[in-house]
Amino acid sequence: MHLLYMILIDPFVQMASAPDLLVQTLWEGLVSGMLYALIALGFVLIFKASGVFNFAQGIMVVFAALTLVGIYEAGVPAFIALALAIAVMFLLAFVVERGVLRPLVGQPDIILFMATFGITYFLIGFGELVFGGDPKVMITEPLYLPKGAITYHAFGGMVQLQKLDIAAAIIASLMVAGLAVFFSKTRIGRALRAVADSHEAALSVGISLEQIWVIVWFAAGLVALVTGVFWGARSDVSFALEVIALKALPVLILGGFTSIPGAIVGGLIIGLGEKIVEFYWGPLVGSGTDAWFAYVIALVFLLFRPQGLFGERIIERV
Amino acid sequence: MLYREAGQFKTTYEKDSAIFPILQDRIGIAVILAIAVIGVPATRNDFIINAVMTPFLIFTLAAIGLNILTGYTGLLSLGTGAFMGVGAYACYKLTSIFPSVNIIVWVIASGFFAAAVGVLFGLPSLRIKGFYLAIATLAAQFFLEWCFIRIPWLYNYNVSGAIEVPQRELFGVIITGPRATAETRYYIVLAIVVAMTWLASNLVHGRIGRMWMAVRDMDIAAELMGIRLLPTKLLAFAVSSFYCGVSGALMVFLWYGGAEASVFNINQSFTILFMIIIGGLGSMVGSFMGAALIFILPIALRFVPEWLGLPLQSSTVEHVTFMVVGVLIIVILIAEPAGMARLWQVGKQKLRVWPFPY
Amino acid sequence: MRATGGPDIAVGDVLLSVENVSLAFGGVKAVSDVSFDIRKGEIRAIIGPNGAGKTSMLNVINGFYQPQHGRITFKGATRSKMRPYEAAEGGIARTFQNVALFRGMTALDNIMAGRTLKMRKNFVWQLLRHGPALREEVEHRHAVEAIIDFLKIQEIRRTPVGRLPYGLQKRVELGRALAMEPELLLLDEPMAGMNLEEKEDMSRFILDVNDHFGTTIALIEHDMGVVMDLSDRVVVLDHGIKIADGTPDEVRSDQKVIDAYLGVAH
Repeated sequence: MHLLYMILIDPFVQMASAPDLLVQTLWEGLVSGMLYALIALGFVLIFKASGVFNFAQGIMVVFAALTLVGIYEAGVPAFIALALAIAVMFLLAFVVERGVLRPLVGQPDIILFMATFGITYFLIGFGELVFGGDPKVMITEPLYLPKGAITYHAFGGMVQLQKLDIAAAIIASLMVAGLAVFFSKTRIGRALRAVADSHEAALSVGISLEQIWVIVWFAAGLVALVTGVFWGARSDVSFALEVIALKALPVLILGGFTSIPGAIVGGLIIGLGEKIVEFYWGPLVGSGTDAWFAYVIALVFLLFRPQGLFGERIIERV
Repeated sequence: MLYREAGQFKTTYEKDSAIFPILQDRIGIAVILAIAVIGVPATRNDFIINAVMTPFLIFTLAAIGLNILTGYTGLLSLGTGAFMGVGAYACYKLTSIFPSVNIIVWVIASGFFAAAVGVLFGLPSLRIKGFYLAIATLAAQFFLEWCFIRIPWLYNYNVSGAIEVPQRELFGVIITGPRATAETRYYIVLAIVVAMTWLASNLVHGRIGRMWMAVRDMDIAAELMGIRLLPTKLLAFAVSSFYCGVSGALMVFLWYGGAEASVFNINQSFTILFMIIIGGLGSMVGSFMGAALIFILPIALRFVPEWLGLPLQSSTVEHVTFMVVGVLIIVILIAEPAGMARLWQVGKQKLRVWPFPY
Repeated sequence: MRATGGPDIAVGDVLLSVENVSLAFGGVKAVSDVSFDIRKGEIRAIIGPNGAGKTSMLNVINGFYQPQHGRITFKGATRSKMRPYEAAEGGIARTFQNVALFRGMTALDNIMAGRTLKMRKNFVWQLLRHGPALREEVEHRHAVEAIIDFLKIQEIRRTPVGRLPYGLQKRVELGRALAMEPELLLLDEPMAGMNLEEKEDMSRFILDVNDHFGTTIALIEHDMGVVMDLSDRVVVLDHGIKIADGTPDEVRSDQKVIDAYLGVAH
């Protein structure tokens, strides 16, 4: 009986009795959800345009951040380091297209999926080799990213919003809006949508698949860099982030693999859900539920609605 | 010239169905077994026995397990590490609660626990496939890993969170714990791995192997032939997890001597997966080859530069290993998706006509 | 190769009947209110222009699609829903429009896979292999080799099917279906993509299967010559509706059928 109370009633009582804590938790959840959504966004870009499920997307986030910090620590001024990091991500896109995508064109999806495991491991090894394995601190001031927090006295208590998080939310929204405009209004954007629909049809109207793939992987790399900057600023940059990045996968299950709004909504749901469950129910079972909560939610979704909230239902034809 | 089938006519279907129909193959297997049973221990080299051969065999067992699930049945799993952990912790608890029972019994029994857990997490395979299923297995991986840390009963409330292997005997010989010799442990592992490899090989060459491969290749056609998908898939999960569980138990009890939850993390899952991708999906021989390559690689990377007078830091070795493995995966997938096993087969074909290339 | 089980149906009696079956995918009606029967021992052709719903009809008989309306009666037992393995267990086998062989396996293994339902030795015997399981394997190997001889595919038995030319793949697929010793064999465009010689071979095989083994056959086919030569009775579908049902001669001269193939609006 007491157990039932603790599980079903008490957490809500706690929520109501300290609304400022609730709002704080919701905000934290929203912020981490947004960052998951950005990682998922990179996935969706690549999947839409090349049908490749890029398991390495999360690692690209870490790799991009590591590259930025590493170059900066080598003595290069912040914005030049940023430019160089962008160049590195472009180079990565180019190498991946040439070395992995082109040779594996036409192979079953699962083979390409496994190839991205190879990319993942390579990036981990290479990143740690070149930049060292110690956790690094993300550069924030040199990039004019705000520090400190805004404190609201409300909801009977205190809610603190980190300025960095607010900046992250703004920049992320701008990026998503920018991508949306890019896809719908520009020539390249249209070409990307064509490729996402049908490789053969796109080829037949003269769209170069290889160019598109480089562009898309570069775009995903940029998204990864932005994500890496903000995430690295909240917690240090190291390949331990990889585990966090893997959580973008459940986000994709929720949101569908091909939908940008889906990635965002899915990310926010996972981020919020994770934080709330961990904060209010976590103490009951021992902390760390956020290690698996996202996956269990994804699993439940897979069983009842495999295509996610926004994805398309696939009917198998014989 | 040496590797010829000429004159070896199979006069009965029984002989034709043999797993190694060619005499030279059978001789090869006998030689390998002789080396394993007599040659390796004769070296009296603790490093080779304990740091190379014993873990190589243990990982091969896990590789066979994962190959059954992913290579033969086509169900991609990223939860191998966790299933190995289930076996290890199950064995630990069983021998803690019943210390007088033979530890080998518990090692095998822990496989059944892992099989049960595997079947449970395999239930979603009824409705989901491909990389969706892989993500579901990630749920198993992270959830079970969390359990290994958060359920103190599993590690007997040990403050450090780690398990330490108690001393156990078999017919008066100490086989686990710090006083067990490398040779003893090697023999036990060898015996178990050889036996279980034989069983797995029997399975995959018969009706059940064909059912698994049918499900992998075209499950719709398989179903329309009367193969029931869910029981077949669950059987794959059960057998696979059994093998991974036993491998985990062997790893802790007959090699490491102890463990903590981080041993069974996602990196372990990937390591085994890479072994079967490189070695060859859907091939028993491939499991051995892949395990050998992935396992020997960091050792080679450590020793070869040392011999050449340019020793590498151990962290550097780790980083380079990751890089080489990553590239190797991509190269294998491009050049020969069927892995080293296929390369070996092609090599044998060439050997058949050696020294006459045409 | 007569399958046993179920009430004994005499040659000429109805083996399978489809009653008022309708199947729709979302808004698309694949099959609307179709009824026909298949008599034991006959070769029944299902023809019609593209998109007529022929493959969908076969899929319904197989249990792969569940119709929204209607029933199927097979060997005296009526059901509205049937799972694919139930169809297989009942003695229905089929081949597919786009060859659905198991690409990772050899031709021999593919056909042996067709014997799965008949292989009874359980998991424990399979673990040991030597002994009862191996004996069972050899026993079924005999049956499979008989099929291999019949289809004249001895040379390719150890070839992975992915490497075989299309015509041979279709033959292996037929062999796999035959391995099930079916009472009813569903063939979905068995001649598709074949040249004249291959078609003659396949026609001969189909006739032989029907003659020697008494297997009832339902086939979808576009080649009119084949249909007229092989089949005892024909059912014509157009846009998911049955428009004719009778002997080849009757159907050939039916105005509705001619209109449908010429594309005359109706």
